[in-house]
Amino acid sequence: MSAALKVVRPGLFDTLQDMGRTGYMALGMPTAGAMDRIGLALANALVGNPGGTAGLEIGVMGPDLLVEADSVRIALVGPLSPSLIEGPDAPPKPLESDRSHLLKRGQTLKVGMVEGSSTAYLAVAGGFALPAFMGSLSTYARAGIGGFEGRKLAGGDVLPLARSDAPARDERKLAQPFDYGKGPVRVVWGPQEEYFSDKGRKTFVESEYRVSKEADRMGIRFEGPVIEHATPPAKGGADIISDGIAPGAIQVPGAGLPIVLLADRQTVGGYPKIATIASVDLPRLGRLLPGQVVRFTAVTVEEAEKLRRDQEARVARAIADFQPALPAGGIDLARLYEENLIDGVVYEPLSA
Amino acid sequence: MSVRYLSCGDTAFTVEFGNEISPRINGQVMALHAAIGEAKASGRLAGVVETVPTMRSLMVTYDPMATSRAALQPEIDALMARGLPVGGKTRRVRVPCCYDGEEFAPDLAEVAERTGKTPEQVIEAHLKSAFTVYVLGFMPGLAYIAGLDAGLYLPRRSQPRVRVPRSSVAIAMDMTTIYPFESPGGWHLIGRTPLWMFDQRREQPVFLAPGDSLTFERVDRATFDRLARAVEAGTLDWSTLVTA
Repeated sequence: MSAALKVVRPGLFDTLQDMGRTGYMALGMPTAGAMDRIGLALANALVGNPGGTAGLEIGVMGPDLLVEADSVRIALVGPLSPSLIEGPDAPPKPLESDRSHLLKRGQTLKVGMVEGSSTAYLAVAGGFALPAFMGSLSTYARAGIGGFEGRKLAGGDVLPLARSDAPARDERKLAQPFDYGKGPVRVVWGPQEEYFSDKGRKTFVESEYRVSKEADRMGIRFEGPVIEHATPPAKGGADIISDGIAPGAIQVPGAGLPIVLLADRQTVGGYPKIATIASVDLPRLGRLLPGQVVRFTAVTVEEAEKLRRDQEARVARAIADFQPALPAGGIDLARLYEENLIDGVVYEPLSA
Repeated sequence: MSVRYLSCGDTAFTVEFGNEISPRINGQVMALHAAIGEAKASGRLAGVVETVPTMRSLMVTYDPMATSRAALQPEIDALMARGLPVGGKTRRVRVPCCYDGEEFAPDLAEVAERTGKTPEQVIEAHLKSAFTVYVLGFMPGLAYIAGLDAGLYLPRRSQPRVRVPRSSVAIAMDMTTIYPFESPGGWHLIGRTPLWMFDQRREQPVFLAPGDSLTFERVDRATFDRLARAVEAGTLDWSTLVTA
C-alpha cells in the first residue's frame, strides 16, 4: 500500500502551496504560492525539507488527517489552538506546534484552529507525491490547477506521500515563534503614485485601514479614509492601460479604498496602484484577519531590498537555532516509545 | 528609446514605453520581453525571475536575494541601447470559429443593429480583421487581441453576463477575445471556437502567446462539432493551426 495522509475531516480552506508558479505570468498564469513564505519555510526546515517543498496551507480551521504510512514526520507552524494526536486505541493527546513530530500508521492528526492569523502550515518530511503543474505544486483554485486536483481539500481525499516512512532522528523545535515585526507595514511608492493627489498620498500613509470581510488568497480589501485621485475617477482618473501586477500591489479603484493584491492575484490590471507592499512585510499581509487594523509607511526600493535580506538572514538564523524538542528533564519518553528504542533495550535478540 | 522605470516594490519594476495602445509601442514591449528572455537563457541577468508584457509596458520581476534594482536597471538600459530586435519571430495562428445560431452567437444580431450592418457583414468584418495578441491576463490563457475592424467598435455590454460559456468568441472596444473558462463576462458574444484556450493536459496548456498574429476561419456547425470532439478527446493536431 502506498503511503498517504487521508483527509477524514476537511478544514475550511486547506490547499497545497509551495513558493509559487513563476515563469508563466506572460501567459496570464497567476503565481499563487504560500501567503506566508516564512511559515512554510520554517515548517519545511523542521522536518528537514528544502524550503520550497510544497506543504499544506491551513486557513481558519485545520483538517483531521489519518496516517496511512509506516511513519511520517510532520511539523505544524503557526498560531494554532491545540492540535491533537490520537491513535486507534489511544486517547487524544495534545500535539505542539512549531516542532517536528513522528506519527505512526493509524494515528490521526487533528489540526487545531488558526487563531490570530489567517494561515498556518503543515509540512511532511519528503513532501507530497503529486505531479507539478508548470513547475509548481501550488494550488490555484480559480482555474482548478496544481496541488491536489486543483482545489481545497475535501473529506476522503488521499494525499500521497513521497516517503513511506521517516528516518529515526531527534525531533526539533523553534527556539521561539518567529518575529514578523510590528508597527506600520512598509510600502514602496508606485508604480502609479502620480495618479493620486498630494492629499490622497498623505491620507494613505497617515490613516488606519481595517481588513474588510473581503479578504482571501487573491487580495485584501481595506476599509478606511478615501484616497483622493489626482483626476476625478469620473474623468478617467482611476483607469490606466492595464499593466503588470507585482505581489503586494496596492490598487485604488474609483471608490478610493485600497486593495492589496496577494498570492492568487491576476497578472495584469487596469486600476492605478499607489504603492506596493515591501516584500519583507508580505508574510504579515498573508496572515491578516478581517477586522485587524494596519498603517502604511513608505520606504525606498533600496531600503525594502535591505529589509528583505535582513529578514531572510533572521529566518536562516531561526533555522540554525532549532532546539532539540525534549521535554523538561531531558528525555523524550514519548519519542523513545514512538521509535521503539526501548524495545531494543528490554528484549534481547533471540539469536544473541 | 525613452522609457520610464516604475517601482513595483522590491521584487519588480515596470518598464513603460508609452501611455497609449499602439502596435509600435507593443512591438517594443515584445522585443524587450524577448531580449530579456534570451539574456536569461544564456545565463545573464541573474536574479530576474520573469517578465510580464502588456500593451504598453513590461514588468520585470526579480529576486532581491540574488540581485537589486540598482544592479538590474543599467543592464536593461544596456540591452535597449544595443537595439532590440523588432518584428522577430511571430507565430501566425488560425482559430476556427462558428458564427451560427443563437447558442454560439447570442449578440450577433444586436452588434449588427448597433453597427449598422447585417449579421453577415459583422462576420465578414471579424474574419478580415488582422489581429495581434497584445497581452494575456485576467485569467490563465485569456488573450486581449487587438486589430478589430473599426466598423465593429462597441463599448462593453452595460449588463455583464453571469455565465459566458468556455471558448466563446467575443468583441468589445477595439478588441476581440476568447474565453478560456466559463466565467462572467461583459463582451459581445458573436461566435464560438472548438479550441480550448487553456487545457492543462497539453504540454503547453495555454494556446496563444503575446505577439501572435491571429485570424479567424469560419467553420460550419458540423466542422465545429468534429473539431470539438477532437479537442475534448485530446486528439487534435494543434500544430496545423500554427505557422512559426
